[in-house]
Amino acid sequence: MNIVVCVKQVPDTWAEKKLDPNDKTVDRAGVDGVMNEIDEYAVEEALRLKEANGGEVTILTMGPAKAVETIRKALSMGADKAVHVVDDALHGTDALGTSHALAKALGTIEGWDLVIAGSESTDARMSVVPAMLAEQLGVPQLTMARKVTVEGTTVRVERQQEGGYDVVEATTPAVVSVVEKINEPRYPSFKGIMAAKSKPLTTLTVADAGIDASQVGLAGAKSEVVDFAARPPRESGTIVKDEGDGGAKLAEFLQSQKFI
Amino acid sequence: MAEILVLVEHADGTVKKVTLEMLTKARSLGEPSAVFVGRGYAAAKDKLAEYGAQRVYVAEGDEYADHVVAPTAEVLAQLVSEKSPAAVFLASSAEGKETAARLAVKTQSGVLTDAVDVAEGFVATQNIFGGATIVQSRAQGTPIVCLRPNSTPPEAAPAQPAEEQVSVTLSDAAKGARIVDRVVEEKGGRPDLTEASIVVSGGRGLGGAEHFALIEALADSLGAAVGASRAATDAGWYPHQNQVGQTGKTVSPQLYMAIGISGAIQHRAGMQTSKTIVAVNKDPEAPIFSIADFGVVGDLFNVVPQLTEEIAKRKA
Repeated sequence: MNIVVCVKQVPDTWAEKKLDPNDKTVDRAGVDGVMNEIDEYAVEEALRLKEANGGEVTILTMGPAKAVETIRKALSMGADKAVHVVDDALHGTDALGTSHALAKALGTIEGWDLVIAGSESTDARMSVVPAMLAEQLGVPQLTMARKVTVEGTTVRVERQQEGGYDVVEATTPAVVSVVEKINEPRYPSFKGIMAAKSKPLTTLTVADAGIDASQVGLAGAKSEVVDFAARPPRESGTIVKDEGDGGAKLAEFLQSQKFI
Repeated sequence: MAEILVLVEHADGTVKKVTLEMLTKARSLGEPSAVFVGRGYAAAKDKLAEYGAQRVYVAEGDEYADHVVAPTAEVLAQLVSEKSPAAVFLASSAEGKETAARLAVKTQSGVLTDAVDVAEGFVATQNIFGGATIVQSRAQGTPIVCLRPNSTPPEAAPAQPAEEQVSVTLSDAAKGARIVDRVVEEKGGRPDLTEASIVVSGGRGLGGAEHFALIEALADSLGAAVGASRAATDAGWYPHQNQVGQTGKTVSPQLYMAIGISGAIQHRAGMQTSKTIVAVNKDPEAPIFSIADFGVVGDLFNVVPQLTEEIAKRKA
Protein backbone atom coordinates (compact mmCIF):
# COMPACT_ATOMS: atom_id res chain seq x y z
CA MET A 1 0.00 0.00 0.00
CA ASN A 2 1.64 3.22 -1.19
CA ILE A 3 0.44 6.28 0.69
CA VAL A 4 0.87 9.99 0.05
CA VAL A 5 0.37 12.26 3.06
CA CYS A 6 -0.54 15.90 2.43
CA VAL A 7 1.23 18.03 5.02
CA LYS A 8 0.94 21.79 5.51
CA GLN A 9 3.20 24.17 7.34
CA VAL A 10 1.15 26.67 9.36
CA PRO A 11 1.90 29.53 11.74
CA ASP A 12 2.61 28.23 15.26
CA THR A 13 -0.68 27.24 16.94
CA TRP A 14 0.14 29.34 20.00
CA ALA A 15 1.25 32.45 18.11
CA GLU A 16 -0.95 35.41 17.29
CA LYS A 17 -1.83 35.15 13.60
CA LYS A 18 -2.17 38.15 11.29
CA LEU A 19 -3.09 39.04 7.73
CA ASP A 20 -0.54 40.92 5.64
CA PRO A 21 -2.10 44.37 5.01
CA ASN A 22 -0.58 44.54 1.51
CA ASP A 23 -2.16 41.54 -0.17
CA LYS A 24 -4.51 40.32 2.61
CA THR A 25 -2.97 36.84 2.76
CA VAL A 26 -1.84 35.04 5.92
CA ASP A 27 1.40 36.55 7.21
CA ARG A 28 3.72 33.52 7.19
CA ALA A 29 6.99 35.40 7.28
CA GLY A 30 6.46 37.02 10.66
CA VAL A 31 5.90 33.84 12.69
CA ASP A 32 7.48 30.45 13.31
CA GLY A 33 6.11 27.71 11.07
CA VAL A 34 5.12 24.31 12.46
CA MET A 35 3.56 21.20 10.98
CA ASN A 36 -0.23 21.59 11.10
CA GLU A 37 -1.14 19.61 14.21
CA ILE A 38 -3.74 17.33 12.66
CA ASP A 39 -1.28 16.48 9.86
CA GLU A 40 0.92 14.78 12.45
CA TYR A 41 -1.94 12.32 12.98
CA ALA A 42 -2.15 11.84 9.20
CA VAL A 43 1.58 11.02 9.02
CA GLU A 44 1.30 8.64 11.98
CA GLU A 45 -1.69 6.84 10.44
CA ALA A 46 0.20 6.39 7.16
CA LEU A 47 3.24 4.99 8.99
CA ARG A 48 1.06 2.51 10.89
CA LEU A 49 -0.65 1.35 7.69
CA LYS A 50 2.74 0.93 6.06
CA GLU A 51 4.06 -1.05 9.03
CA ALA A 52 1.04 -3.37 8.78
CA ASN A 53 0.74 -3.69 5.00
CA GLY A 54 4.10 -2.72 3.51
CA GLY A 55 4.60 -0.06 0.85
CA GLU A 56 5.96 3.44 0.87
CA VAL A 57 4.96 6.74 2.49
CA THR A 58 5.51 9.94 0.49
CA ILE A 59 5.05 13.41 1.98
CA LEU A 60 3.47 16.04 -0.29
CA THR A 61 3.72 19.69 0.70
CA MET A 62 2.87 22.88 -1.13
CA GLY A 63 4.34 25.97 0.44
CA PRO A 64 7.20 28.45 0.57
CA ALA A 65 10.86 27.41 0.83
CA LYS A 66 10.81 27.31 4.63
CA ALA A 67 8.09 24.62 4.56
CA VAL A 68 11.00 22.21 4.05
CA GLU A 69 11.41 22.26 7.88
CA THR A 70 8.00 20.61 8.15
CA ILE A 71 8.84 18.10 5.40
CA ARG A 72 12.01 17.14 7.33
CA LYS A 73 9.97 16.56 10.47
CA ALA A 74 7.60 14.22 8.60
CA LEU A 75 10.58 12.37 7.12
CA SER A 76 12.19 12.08 10.55
CA MET A 77 8.97 10.51 11.87
CA GLY A 78 9.58 7.75 9.31
CA ALA A 79 8.20 8.72 5.89
CA ASP A 80 10.31 7.48 2.97
CA LYS A 81 10.44 10.43 0.60
CA ALA A 82 8.91 13.80 -0.13
CA VAL A 83 7.65 16.10 -2.87
CA HIS A 84 7.72 19.83 -2.28
CA VAL A 85 5.72 22.06 -4.63
CA VAL A 86 7.37 25.46 -4.27
CA ASP A 87 7.06 28.44 -6.57
CA ASP A 88 6.57 32.17 -5.99
CA ALA A 89 3.63 31.96 -8.40
CA LEU A 90 1.75 29.93 -5.74
CA HIS A 91 1.65 32.77 -3.20
CA GLY A 92 -1.97 33.66 -2.40
CA THR A 93 -3.48 30.46 -3.85
CA ASP A 94 -6.96 29.75 -2.44
CA ALA A 95 -8.38 26.37 -1.37
CA LEU A 96 -9.69 25.57 -4.87
CA GLY A 97 -6.32 26.37 -6.46
CA THR A 98 -4.56 24.34 -3.76
CA SER A 99 -6.66 21.29 -4.58
CA HIS A 100 -5.80 21.70 -8.27
CA ALA A 101 -2.07 22.00 -7.52
CA LEU A 102 -2.07 19.01 -5.16
CA ALA A 103 -3.99 16.89 -7.70
CA LYS A 104 -1.42 17.75 -10.37
CA ALA A 105 1.49 17.04 -8.03
CA LEU A 106 -0.07 13.66 -7.17
CA GLY A 107 0.02 12.92 -10.88
CA THR A 108 3.84 13.00 -10.72
CA ILE A 109 3.92 10.39 -7.92
CA GLU A 110 3.69 6.87 -9.27
CA GLY A 111 1.38 4.16 -8.02
CA TRP A 112 -0.24 5.62 -4.92
CA ASP A 113 -3.20 3.83 -3.37
CA LEU A 114 -4.22 6.25 -0.66
CA VAL A 115 -3.90 9.97 0.00
CA ILE A 116 -4.17 10.90 3.69
CA ALA A 117 -4.60 14.47 4.92
CA GLY A 118 -5.48 16.16 8.19
CA SER A 119 -9.14 17.21 8.31
CA GLU A 120 -8.40 20.89 8.84
CA SER A 121 -5.51 23.35 9.12
CA THR A 122 -5.22 25.64 12.13
CA ASP A 123 -4.69 28.76 9.98
CA ALA A 124 -7.47 28.81 7.36
CA ARG A 125 -9.68 26.29 9.19
CA MET A 126 -11.89 25.78 6.12
CA SER A 127 -11.78 21.98 6.15
CA VAL A 128 -12.48 21.80 2.40
CA VAL A 129 -9.26 20.69 0.69
CA PRO A 130 -9.60 16.88 1.22
CA ALA A 131 -13.13 16.89 -0.30
CA MET A 132 -11.95 19.13 -3.15
CA LEU A 133 -9.02 16.81 -3.78
CA ALA A 134 -11.31 13.75 -3.98
CA GLU A 135 -13.48 15.64 -6.48
CA GLN A 136 -10.46 16.76 -8.55
CA LEU A 137 -9.11 13.20 -8.67
CA GLY A 138 -12.50 11.51 -9.16
CA VAL A 139 -11.78 9.05 -6.33
CA PRO A 140 -13.83 8.14 -3.22
CA GLN A 141 -13.84 10.55 -0.30
CA LEU A 142 -13.27 8.93 3.11
CA THR A 143 -13.06 12.05 5.23
CA MET A 144 -13.27 12.90 8.96
CA ALA A 145 -11.94 9.45 9.83
CA ARG A 146 -11.34 8.52 13.44
CA LYS A 147 -10.35 4.97 12.49
CA VAL A 148 -8.94 3.52 9.26
CA THR A 149 -8.66 -0.16 8.35
CA VAL A 150 -7.39 -1.67 5.13
CA GLU A 151 -8.09 -5.14 3.73
CA GLY A 152 -6.63 -5.67 0.28
CA THR A 153 -8.04 -2.87 -1.85
CA THR A 154 -10.94 -2.13 0.54
CA VAL A 155 -10.57 0.81 2.89
CA ARG A 156 -13.01 1.21 5.74
CA VAL A 157 -13.21 4.26 8.01
CA GLU A 158 -15.23 5.42 10.97
CA ARG A 159 -16.43 8.85 9.86
CA GLN A 160 -16.92 11.15 12.86
CA GLN A 161 -20.46 12.52 13.21
CA GLU A 162 -22.30 14.46 15.90
CA GLY A 163 -23.08 11.90 18.59
CA GLY A 164 -21.65 8.91 16.78
CA TYR A 165 -20.02 7.78 13.56
CA ASP A 166 -20.74 6.36 10.11
CA VAL A 167 -18.92 3.31 8.80
CA VAL A 168 -17.83 4.16 5.24
CA GLU A 169 -16.24 1.82 2.72
CA ALA A 170 -14.48 2.35 -0.60
CA THR A 171 -12.02 0.76 -2.96
CA THR A 172 -8.56 2.23 -3.53
CA PRO A 173 -7.40 4.65 -4.79
CA ALA A 174 -9.09 7.00 -2.31
CA VAL A 175 -8.65 10.20 -0.32
CA VAL A 176 -8.78 9.91 3.48
CA SER A 177 -8.82 12.76 5.99
CA VAL A 178 -8.23 12.06 9.66
CA VAL A 179 -9.41 13.84 12.80
CA GLU A 180 -7.32 14.48 15.86
CA LYS A 181 -7.10 11.59 18.29
CA ILE A 182 -7.18 8.86 15.66
CA ASN A 183 -3.80 7.86 17.15
CA GLU A 184 -0.88 9.22 19.16
CA PRO A 185 1.74 10.65 16.77
CA ARG A 186 5.26 9.45 17.46
CA TYR A 187 8.14 11.76 18.22
CA PRO A 188 11.01 11.65 15.74
CA SER A 189 13.90 9.59 17.17
CA PHE A 190 17.51 10.79 16.95
CA LYS A 191 18.10 8.05 14.39
CA GLY A 192 15.04 9.21 12.46
CA ILE A 193 16.26 12.81 12.43
CA MET A 194 19.68 11.74 11.10
CA ALA A 195 18.13 9.46 8.45
CA ALA A 196 15.76 12.20 7.26
CA LYS A 197 18.70 14.25 6.02
CA SER A 198 19.46 11.79 3.26
CA LYS A 199 15.93 10.83 2.21
CA PRO A 200 14.88 11.78 -1.34
CA LEU A 201 13.21 15.19 -1.64
CA THR A 202 11.87 16.24 -5.04
CA THR A 203 11.18 19.90 -5.67
CA LEU A 204 8.54 20.82 -8.24
CA THR A 205 7.72 24.22 -9.73
CA VAL A 206 4.29 25.07 -11.14
CA ALA A 207 5.55 24.16 -14.62
CA ASP A 208 7.24 20.90 -13.44
CA ALA A 209 3.98 19.65 -11.92
CA GLY A 210 1.86 20.69 -14.91
CA ILE A 211 -0.21 23.05 -12.75
CA ASP A 212 -2.41 25.48 -14.70
CA ALA A 213 -0.86 28.83 -13.73
CA SER A 214 -4.19 30.63 -14.24
CA GLN A 215 -5.77 28.62 -11.39
CA VAL A 216 -3.20 29.45 -8.71
CA GLY A 217 -1.70 32.48 -7.00
CA LEU A 218 -3.60 35.57 -5.90
CA ALA A 219 -4.72 36.30 -9.47
CA GLY A 220 -6.11 32.79 -9.92
CA ALA A 221 -8.01 32.75 -6.63
CA LYS A 222 -11.80 32.41 -6.88
CA SER A 223 -12.25 33.86 -3.41
CA GLU A 224 -10.68 37.00 -2.01
CA VAL A 225 -10.52 39.02 1.16
CA VAL A 226 -11.92 42.47 0.41
CA ASP A 227 -11.29 44.08 3.78
CA PHE A 228 -10.29 43.14 7.32
CA ALA A 229 -9.99 44.61 10.80
CA ALA A 230 -8.96 43.49 14.27
CA ARG A 231 -11.90 42.57 16.50
CA PRO A 232 -12.53 45.36 19.01
CA PRO A 233 -11.65 44.14 22.53
CA ARG A 234 -14.59 42.99 24.66
CA GLU A 235 -15.70 45.42 27.31
CA SER A 236 -14.53 44.27 30.71
CA GLY A 237 -17.18 42.55 32.76
CA THR A 238 -17.98 42.13 36.42
CA ILE A 239 -15.70 39.82 38.38
CA VAL A 240 -16.74 38.80 41.89
CA LYS A 241 -14.92 36.76 44.52
CA ASP A 242 -16.84 33.79 45.88
CA GLU A 243 -17.77 34.52 49.51
CA GLY A 244 -20.03 31.51 49.77
CA ASP A 245 -22.61 33.10 47.49
CA GLY A 246 -20.76 32.97 44.13
CA GLY A 247 -23.20 30.50 42.59
CA ALA A 248 -26.19 32.60 43.66
CA LYS A 249 -24.63 35.77 42.27
CA LEU A 250 -23.94 34.05 38.97
CA ALA A 251 -27.56 32.81 38.86
CA GLU A 252 -28.70 36.37 39.49
CA PHE A 253 -26.61 37.59 36.53
CA LEU A 254 -28.00 34.84 34.28
CA GLN A 255 -31.54 35.76 35.28
CA SER A 256 -30.90 39.48 34.65
CA GLN A 257 -29.75 38.49 31.13
CA LYS A 258 -32.89 36.34 30.70
CA PHE A 259 -31.01 33.04 30.42
CA ILE A 260 -33.12 31.66 33.28
CA MET B 1 -35.49 38.81 -7.49
CA ALA B 2 -32.37 36.72 -7.65
CA GLU B 3 -32.78 33.05 -6.82
CA ILE B 4 -30.62 31.73 -3.97
CA LEU B 5 -30.28 27.99 -3.47
CA VAL B 6 -30.35 26.95 0.19
CA LEU B 7 -29.24 23.37 0.88
CA VAL B 8 -31.47 22.00 3.64
CA GLU B 9 -29.44 20.70 6.59
CA HIS B 10 -31.47 17.90 8.15
CA ALA B 11 -31.35 14.48 9.78
CA ASP B 12 -33.77 12.17 7.90
CA GLY B 13 -36.18 15.08 7.41
CA THR B 14 -35.79 16.77 10.80
CA VAL B 15 -34.73 20.25 9.72
CA LYS B 16 -31.82 21.79 11.64
CA LYS B 17 -32.18 25.31 12.97
CA VAL B 18 -29.36 26.56 10.74
CA THR B 19 -31.58 25.85 7.71
CA LEU B 20 -34.16 28.34 9.01
CA GLU B 21 -31.36 30.83 9.64
CA MET B 22 -30.14 30.42 6.04
CA LEU B 23 -33.66 30.87 4.62
CA THR B 24 -34.05 34.03 6.72
CA LYS B 25 -30.74 35.44 5.50
CA ALA B 26 -31.46 34.48 1.88
CA ARG B 27 -34.80 36.33 2.01
CA SER B 28 -32.96 39.57 2.73
CA LEU B 29 -30.84 39.16 -0.43
CA GLY B 30 -33.17 37.46 -2.91
CA GLU B 31 -35.65 34.61 -3.28
CA PRO B 32 -34.71 31.46 -1.39
CA SER B 33 -35.18 28.08 -3.06
CA ALA B 34 -34.70 25.20 -0.64
CA VAL B 35 -32.87 22.14 -1.94
CA PHE B 36 -33.80 18.93 -0.12
CA VAL B 37 -31.53 15.94 -0.71
CA GLY B 38 -31.84 12.58 1.05
CA ARG B 39 -34.60 10.88 3.03
CA GLY B 40 -37.68 12.20 4.86
CA TYR B 41 -38.91 15.17 2.80
CA ALA B 42 -42.46 14.84 4.19
CA ALA B 43 -41.18 15.75 7.65
CA ALA B 44 -39.26 18.79 6.37
CA LYS B 45 -41.87 20.25 4.02
CA ASP B 46 -43.89 22.42 6.43
CA LYS B 47 -40.84 24.01 8.07
CA LEU B 48 -39.42 25.09 4.71
CA ALA B 49 -42.73 26.74 3.79
CA GLU B 50 -43.02 28.40 7.20
CA TYR B 51 -39.62 30.05 6.79
CA GLY B 52 -40.29 31.44 3.37
CA ALA B 53 -38.89 29.07 0.75
CA GLN B 54 -40.34 30.21 -2.61
CA ARG B 55 -39.48 26.92 -4.27
CA VAL B 56 -38.33 23.53 -3.08
CA TYR B 57 -36.21 21.24 -5.22
CA VAL B 58 -36.53 17.69 -3.96
CA ALA B 59 -34.05 14.90 -4.66
CA GLU B 60 -35.29 12.14 -2.41
CA GLY B 61 -33.82 8.67 -2.23
CA ASP B 62 -31.45 6.27 -0.52
CA GLU B 63 -28.70 6.61 -3.11
CA TYR B 64 -28.24 10.28 -2.11
CA ALA B 65 -28.21 9.55 1.61
CA ASP B 66 -26.03 6.44 1.58
CA HIS B 67 -22.91 7.94 -0.01
CA VAL B 68 -20.59 10.56 1.45
CA VAL B 69 -21.57 14.13 0.30
CA ALA B 70 -20.67 13.67 -3.41
CA PRO B 71 -24.27 12.92 -4.57
CA THR B 72 -25.53 16.09 -2.89
CA ALA B 73 -22.83 18.09 -4.68
CA GLU B 74 -23.97 16.58 -8.00
CA VAL B 75 -27.59 17.59 -7.32
CA LEU B 76 -26.49 21.15 -6.52
CA ALA B 77 -24.20 21.32 -9.56
CA GLN B 78 -27.07 20.29 -11.84
CA LEU B 79 -29.34 22.95 -10.29
CA VAL B 80 -26.65 25.61 -10.62
CA SER B 81 -26.32 24.81 -14.30
CA GLU B 82 -30.10 24.65 -14.96
CA LYS B 83 -31.31 27.55 -12.80
CA SER B 84 -28.30 29.91 -12.78
CA PRO B 85 -28.90 31.03 -9.18
CA ALA B 86 -27.20 34.15 -7.81
CA ALA B 87 -25.58 32.15 -4.97
CA VAL B 88 -25.69 28.87 -3.05
CA PHE B 89 -25.99 28.79 0.75
CA LEU B 90 -25.01 25.76 2.84
CA ALA B 91 -24.56 25.22 6.57
CA SER B 92 -21.01 25.65 7.82
CA SER B 93 -21.05 22.15 9.29
CA ALA B 94 -18.54 19.40 8.43
CA GLU B 95 -20.85 17.99 5.74
CA GLY B 96 -21.99 21.39 4.52
CA LYS B 97 -18.41 22.50 3.98
CA GLU B 98 -17.43 19.26 2.24
CA THR B 99 -20.44 19.52 -0.08
CA ALA B 100 -19.51 23.14 -0.80
CA ALA B 101 -15.95 22.03 -1.51
CA ARG B 102 -17.01 19.57 -4.19
CA LEU B 103 -19.50 22.02 -5.70
CA ALA B 104 -16.72 24.63 -5.93
CA VAL B 105 -14.61 22.25 -8.02
CA LYS B 106 -17.56 21.30 -10.24
CA THR B 107 -18.62 24.90 -10.90
CA GLN B 108 -15.15 26.50 -10.61
CA SER B 109 -16.59 28.97 -8.15
CA GLY B 110 -15.23 30.47 -4.97
CA VAL B 111 -16.29 29.08 -1.60
CA LEU B 112 -16.52 31.07 1.65
CA THR B 113 -16.88 29.10 4.89
CA ASP B 114 -17.94 30.11 8.42
CA ALA B 115 -19.80 33.23 7.29
CA VAL B 116 -21.53 35.02 10.18
CA ASP B 117 -23.21 37.50 7.85
CA VAL B 118 -23.81 37.94 4.12
CA ALA B 119 -24.40 41.38 2.58
CA GLU B 120 -25.30 42.83 -0.81
CA GLY B 121 -23.15 41.33 -3.57
CA PHE B 122 -22.73 38.22 -1.40
CA VAL B 123 -19.91 39.76 0.57
CA ALA B 124 -19.48 37.49 3.58
CA THR B 125 -18.28 38.47 7.03
CA GLN B 126 -16.05 35.88 8.67
CA ASN B 127 -14.29 35.74 12.03
CA ILE B 128 -10.86 34.29 11.42
CA PHE B 129 -7.88 33.40 13.62
CA GLY B 130 -10.23 32.34 16.38
CA GLY B 131 -12.28 35.52 16.13
CA ALA B 132 -9.32 37.88 16.53
CA THR B 133 -9.75 39.27 13.00
CA ILE B 134 -12.95 40.11 11.14
CA VAL B 135 -12.79 39.87 7.34
CA GLN B 136 -15.07 40.66 4.44
CA SER B 137 -14.70 38.23 1.55
CA ARG B 138 -16.11 37.73 -1.90
CA ALA B 139 -16.31 34.71 -4.19
CA GLN B 140 -16.28 34.51 -7.98
CA GLY B 141 -18.52 32.44 -10.23
CA THR B 142 -21.69 31.38 -8.44
CA PRO B 143 -20.69 32.31 -4.87
CA ILE B 144 -20.88 29.34 -2.48
CA VAL B 145 -21.36 30.57 1.07
CA CYS B 146 -21.39 28.37 4.18
CA LEU B 147 -23.22 30.06 7.06
CA ARG B 148 -22.24 29.41 10.63
CA PRO B 149 -25.07 28.26 12.92
CA ASN B 150 -26.43 30.86 15.38
CA SER B 151 -25.43 33.86 13.27
CA THR B 152 -28.87 34.95 12.01
CA PRO B 153 -31.99 34.93 14.23
CA PRO B 154 -34.52 32.80 12.29
CA GLU B 155 -37.79 34.56 11.44
CA ALA B 156 -40.86 32.84 10.04
CA ALA B 157 -42.40 34.23 6.83
CA PRO B 158 -44.96 31.70 5.63
CA ALA B 159 -44.98 30.98 1.90
CA GLN B 160 -46.47 28.41 -0.46
CA PRO B 161 -43.45 27.03 -2.20
CA ALA B 162 -43.68 25.44 -5.63
CA GLU B 163 -42.29 21.92 -5.50
CA GLU B 164 -40.07 20.47 -8.19
CA GLN B 165 -38.73 16.91 -8.20
CA VAL B 166 -35.10 16.72 -9.27
CA SER B 167 -33.66 13.63 -10.80
CA VAL B 168 -29.91 13.28 -11.16
CA THR B 169 -28.07 10.36 -12.66
CA LEU B 170 -25.25 10.01 -10.19
CA SER B 171 -21.76 9.40 -11.56
CA ASP B 172 -19.87 6.29 -10.47
CA ALA B 173 -17.35 8.56 -8.72
CA ALA B 174 -20.13 10.01 -6.55
CA LYS B 175 -21.04 6.52 -5.38
CA GLY B 176 -17.47 5.56 -4.47
CA ALA B 177 -17.72 6.09 -0.72
CA ARG B 178 -20.56 3.92 0.64
CA ILE B 179 -22.05 4.45 4.09
CA VAL B 180 -22.56 0.87 5.31
CA ASP B 181 -23.57 1.58 8.91
CA ARG B 182 -24.52 4.48 11.20
CA VAL B 183 -23.65 4.16 14.87
CA VAL B 184 -25.16 6.36 17.60
CA GLU B 185 -22.93 6.54 20.64
CA GLU B 186 -24.36 9.20 22.91
CA LYS B 187 -27.70 9.14 24.52
CA GLY B 188 -29.58 12.04 22.96
CA GLY B 189 -31.27 14.84 24.83
CA ARG B 190 -28.58 17.51 24.70
CA PRO B 191 -28.39 19.88 21.73
CA ASP B 192 -25.55 19.76 19.21
CA LEU B 193 -22.53 21.71 20.40
CA THR B 194 -22.33 23.99 17.35
CA GLU B 195 -26.08 24.67 17.19
CA ALA B 196 -26.80 25.13 20.92
CA SER B 197 -27.76 28.57 22.21
CA ILE B 198 -26.09 27.81 25.55
CA VAL B 199 -22.83 25.89 25.99
CA VAL B 200 -21.36 24.85 29.35
CA SER B 201 -17.70 23.74 29.15
CA GLY B 202 -15.41 22.17 31.70
CA GLY B 203 -11.63 22.20 31.85
CA ARG B 204 -8.53 21.25 33.79
CA GLY B 205 -10.01 22.62 37.03
CA LEU B 206 -12.42 19.68 37.17
CA GLY B 207 -9.52 17.37 37.97
CA GLY B 208 -11.08 14.16 36.64
CA ALA B 209 -13.66 12.54 34.36
CA GLU B 210 -16.02 11.81 37.25
CA HIS B 211 -16.47 15.54 37.96
CA PHE B 212 -17.92 16.21 34.50
CA ALA B 213 -21.22 15.15 36.10
CA LEU B 214 -21.24 18.65 37.65
CA ILE B 215 -20.95 20.23 34.20
CA GLU B 216 -23.65 17.94 32.76
CA ALA B 217 -26.05 18.74 35.61
CA LEU B 218 -25.51 22.48 35.12
CA ALA B 219 -25.92 22.11 31.34
CA ASP B 220 -29.15 20.13 31.75
CA SER B 221 -30.59 22.75 34.09
CA LEU B 222 -30.25 25.27 31.23
CA GLY B 223 -30.94 22.95 28.26
CA ALA B 224 -27.33 23.50 27.18
CA ALA B 225 -24.75 21.53 25.24
CA VAL B 226 -21.59 20.30 27.00
CA GLY B 227 -18.13 21.32 25.84
CA ALA B 228 -14.63 20.69 27.12
CA SER B 229 -11.24 22.33 26.90
CA ARG B 230 -8.35 20.58 25.20
CA ALA B 231 -6.74 19.86 28.57
CA ALA B 232 -9.87 17.91 29.55
CA THR B 233 -10.19 15.98 26.27
CA ASP B 234 -6.44 15.25 26.11
CA ALA B 235 -6.67 13.83 29.63
CA GLY B 236 -9.50 11.57 28.43
CA TRP B 237 -12.04 13.10 30.82
CA TYR B 238 -14.54 13.89 28.06
CA PRO B 239 -14.97 12.77 24.40
CA HIS B 240 -12.76 14.51 21.92
CA GLN B 241 -15.65 15.58 19.69
CA ASN B 242 -16.80 17.88 22.49
CA GLN B 243 -13.56 19.86 22.43
CA VAL B 244 -13.99 23.61 21.97
CA GLY B 245 -10.93 25.43 20.68
CA GLN B 246 -8.50 25.95 17.87
CA THR B 247 -8.10 22.22 17.21
CA GLY B 248 -11.69 21.42 18.10
CA LYS B 249 -15.08 23.00 17.47
CA THR B 250 -15.79 26.69 17.11
CA VAL B 251 -18.96 27.76 18.90
CA SER B 252 -20.76 31.07 19.04
CA PRO B 253 -23.74 30.62 21.37
CA GLN B 254 -25.82 33.27 23.13
CA LEU B 255 -24.25 32.16 26.42
CA TYR B 256 -20.92 30.39 26.98
CA MET B 257 -19.97 29.20 30.45
CA ALA B 258 -16.31 28.34 31.04
CA ILE B 259 -15.91 26.27 34.21
CA GLY B 260 -12.40 25.56 35.46
CA ILE B 261 -10.93 26.74 32.15
CA SER B 262 -8.03 29.21 32.25
CA GLY B 263 -8.71 30.54 28.75
CA ALA B 264 -5.48 29.95 26.85
CA ILE B 265 -5.47 31.23 23.24
CA GLN B 266 -6.14 27.65 22.06
CA HIS B 267 -9.48 27.69 23.90
CA ARG B 268 -10.44 31.32 23.29
CA ALA B 269 -10.07 30.72 19.54
CA GLY B 270 -13.07 28.41 19.72
CA MET B 271 -15.47 30.52 21.78
CA GLN B 272 -14.58 34.21 21.99
CA THR B 273 -17.29 35.29 19.54
CA SER B 274 -19.98 34.02 21.94
CA LYS B 275 -22.51 36.76 22.79
CA THR B 276 -22.24 36.47 26.58
CA ILE B 277 -19.37 34.75 28.40
CA VAL B 278 -19.28 33.76 32.05
CA ALA B 279 -16.41 32.08 33.87
CA VAL B 280 -15.74 30.29 37.12
CA ASN B 281 -12.09 29.81 38.04
CA LYS B 282 -10.11 29.81 41.25
CA ASP B 283 -7.21 31.77 39.72
CA PRO B 284 -8.05 35.52 39.60
CA GLU B 285 -5.28 35.97 36.98
CA ALA B 286 -6.82 33.45 34.54
CA PRO B 287 -7.02 35.03 31.05
CA ILE B 288 -10.64 33.86 30.68
CA PHE B 289 -11.69 36.68 33.04
CA SER B 290 -10.43 39.30 30.57
CA ILE B 291 -13.13 38.27 28.07
CA ALA B 292 -15.86 37.34 30.58
CA ASP B 293 -19.00 39.45 31.01
CA PHE B 294 -19.40 37.95 34.45
CA GLY B 295 -16.82 35.98 36.41
CA VAL B 296 -16.66 34.26 39.76
CA VAL B 297 -13.25 33.76 41.36
CA GLY B 298 -13.71 30.71 43.52
CA ASP B 299 -13.73 26.95 43.90
CA LEU B 300 -15.92 25.49 41.17
CA PHE B 301 -16.84 22.57 43.46
CA ASN B 302 -18.66 25.10 45.67
CA VAL B 303 -19.87 27.55 43.04
CA VAL B 304 -21.27 25.14 40.41
CA PRO B 305 -23.55 23.00 42.65
CA GLN B 306 -24.90 26.19 44.23
CA LEU B 307 -25.50 27.67 40.78
CA THR B 308 -27.32 24.54 39.52
CA GLU B 309 -29.49 24.56 42.63
CA GLU B 310 -30.25 28.30 42.27
CA ILE B 311 -31.25 27.83 38.62
CA ALA B 312 -33.66 25.03 39.58
CA LYS B 313 -35.11 27.24 42.33
CA ARG B 314 -35.56 30.25 40.09
CA LYS B 315 -37.12 28.12 37.35
CA ALA B 316 -39.61 26.54 39.75
